[in-house]
Amino acid sequence: MKATCWMGKQSVEVRDVPDPKILNQRDAIVRITSTAICGSDLHLYNGFVQPMKKGDILGHEFMGEVVEIGREVKALKVGDRVVVPFTIACGDCWQCQHDNWSLCENSNPNAALAEKALGHATSGAFGYSHLTGGFAGGQAEFARVPFADVGPLKIENGFSDEQVLFLSDILPTGYMGAEMCDIQPGDTIAVWGCGPVGLFAIKSAFLLGAERVIGIDRFDYRLEMAREKCGAETVNYETVDSVSETLIEMTAGRGPDACIDAVGLEAHGHGVEYAIDRTKQALMLESDRPIALREAIMACRNGGTISVIGVYGGLVDAFPLGTIMNRALTIKSGQCHVHRYMRPLLARIENGEIDPTMVITHRLPLSDAAKGYEIFLNKEDRCEKVVLSPR
Amino acid sequence: MVRVSKSVTIKRPPEAVYEFWRQLENLPRFMSHLQDVRSTGKGRSHWIARAPAGQQVEWDAEIVEERPGELIVWRALPGSDIQHEGSVHFRPAPADRGTEVEVALQYDAPGGKAGALIATLFGEEPTQQIRDDLRRFKQVMETGEVVLSDGSLEGAGQGPLKQRAAQAPATEVGR
Repeated sequence: MKATCWMGKQSVEVRDVPDPKILNQRDAIVRITSTAICGSDLHLYNGFVQPMKKGDILGHEFMGEVVEIGREVKALKVGDRVVVPFTIACGDCWQCQHDNWSLCENSNPNAALAEKALGHATSGAFGYSHLTGGFAGGQAEFARVPFADVGPLKIENGFSDEQVLFLSDILPTGYMGAEMCDIQPGDTIAVWGCGPVGLFAIKSAFLLGAERVIGIDRFDYRLEMAREKCGAETVNYETVDSVSETLIEMTAGRGPDACIDAVGLEAHGHGVEYAIDRTKQALMLESDRPIALREAIMACRNGGTISVIGVYGGLVDAFPLGTIMNRALTIKSGQCHVHRYMRPLLARIENGEIDPTMVITHRLPLSDAAKGYEIFLNKEDRCEKVVLSPR
Repeated sequence: MVRVSKSVTIKRPPEAVYEFWRQLENLPRFMSHLQDVRSTGKGRSHWIARAPAGQQVEWDAEIVEERPGELIVWRALPGSDIQHEGSVHFRPAPADRGTEVEVALQYDAPGGKAGALIATLFGEEPTQQIRDDLRRFKQVMETGEVVLSDGSLEGAGQGPLKQRAAQAPATEVGR
C-alpha cells in the first residue's frame, strides 16, 4: 500500500510499504477513505516529538471502511464505515473505565520507554512516535486498528467524510479544551492559536455558554476565520506590545476567566524572551517553547483556569509558578480523551450546532502528502487544514 | 543473594488473578523469556526458558507455600541450573482498583552460576524485565491479550520495507 512515511526532520515521503495485518484478535483493518494532517504532525515533522524512526508511518486523523476483523471483534463487521480515535484504548483498565481514555494502561507496548521519559506511560496512539507505541499511522491506504471493538465510531447517517473526519482528534480536542474551562455565565475565554484546534475550541466555548471568546494568532487569515466562522474577537500578537496587557484591558482589568493554550511547544512570539527560548531549544537546554502558555498564565484572572491542549513534550524554562500559586490558578491538561466525546459531538454535528468542515482549506490526494506538509508548515495559500484522500 | 521485586495493579479480583497465575502453564503467555512450564504433580513443575543463540535453560521447581487468592511461594529444586526462590503476593487494591500483585525473586549474586544464568535470561536489568512481564500479565488479565504494535518500518530504500513488532509477543493467544 501507499503510506506517508517520516524520513527524517522535515522530510516525509509517500512510499510503498507492506499492508497492515491483524496482530491481535481485537484488531480491525480499515481501508482509509479520508485522512488529515494535524498541527501536532508538524511537531513530528520538525523533529520535536521523539523518538521517531526512519520509515514510521504518520497520521492519526483517519476514517474509512472496515475490511477485516480479528475473531474477538464483536462490535464491528466488515463493510462498516468508521471514524477512528487517535488514541488507542482497551476499554477494560481502571483509566478507561473512568473515562480517561488517553491514559489507557494497556494500549502502549512501549510503556517502559514512556515511563522513563514521562514518569508514567500514556495510552498508545497512531503515528505519534515510539513513546506512544510505534503504531503505524493513518496517512495511508490502510491501517491496523487495535481494540477495534472499543474506539472506532460507526457512521450510519449519510454524513460526508469531511463532516465527521475530525471526530478522530481535533474537534474533540478543541471541545475538551473548552470543557476544561468549566465555563460559567458571563465568562470570557481566551484561546491562543487559531489553527483548527483553536477554532474548534472557540466554537466549543460558545456552545458551552461563553459570553465572549478572544482568539490570538499572528496570521490575519486565521484571525479572520476565528471572527467570521466562530464569532470570536481577535488579537494579532505581532501588533501589540503585550498580549496579556491587551487581554486584561479588553476585559476591563479582570483578565480572561479561562485561557486555552492551543499552540504548544513550538510557540512563536517576539522580543527577547522568544529569542532566549529559541536559543535554549536549539541548544537542547529546554525541549519546549512555552511562550503562549506563559502569556496565558499572566493574563488569566485571579482564580481562573488554564486549559492546555497544545502539545508539550518535555521541559520548559521560566515557568511562572509563583503566579499560578499566588493567584490561585488551576491548570488542566491532557491529550484528548477522544472516546469520551465522539458520540456527543456527532450529535452536535447532526443537529447543526457545529460544522467541522469550516476548517478545511486544502484537499489533496494522498500521493501529495509531502506537499501538504509543506503548505501547512509554511502557512502557504491561507492554509488552515489539509485533508488527504487515498484515492 | 540478590533480591528483586516489582509490583503492578490489575483490575480483576485477587481470586481471578491468583487462579490464572497458579495455572503455571499460563505463565509463558506473558513472561517473554519462558518457553514452557508444565506441572508435574504434587506442587512440582518443569520450566523451560529461552536463552540467547537458540539455547534453552531448564529447571524444576516446587511450590513451598500457597494461600489461594493471596500467595504463592516457590523454589528451584536442588540440582537445578538456576537456584532461586520466588514469591508472588496478591492483595486487594483500594476501592475498585482490583489486585496488587507483587513478585519477588531471590538468587545468587552475579558471579555465581545461577546469577550468571539469570543475567543471561533477564539481561542487565532484571527489575525492568519483571516490570515488563507484569505489564504484559496485566494486559492479558484485563484485555485478554498481550498488545502488539505494528512498529516501525525500517530499512527504507531497500525495496519492500520490513515490519516488526515493537514488543515481541510471549505467545499468540485468544481472549
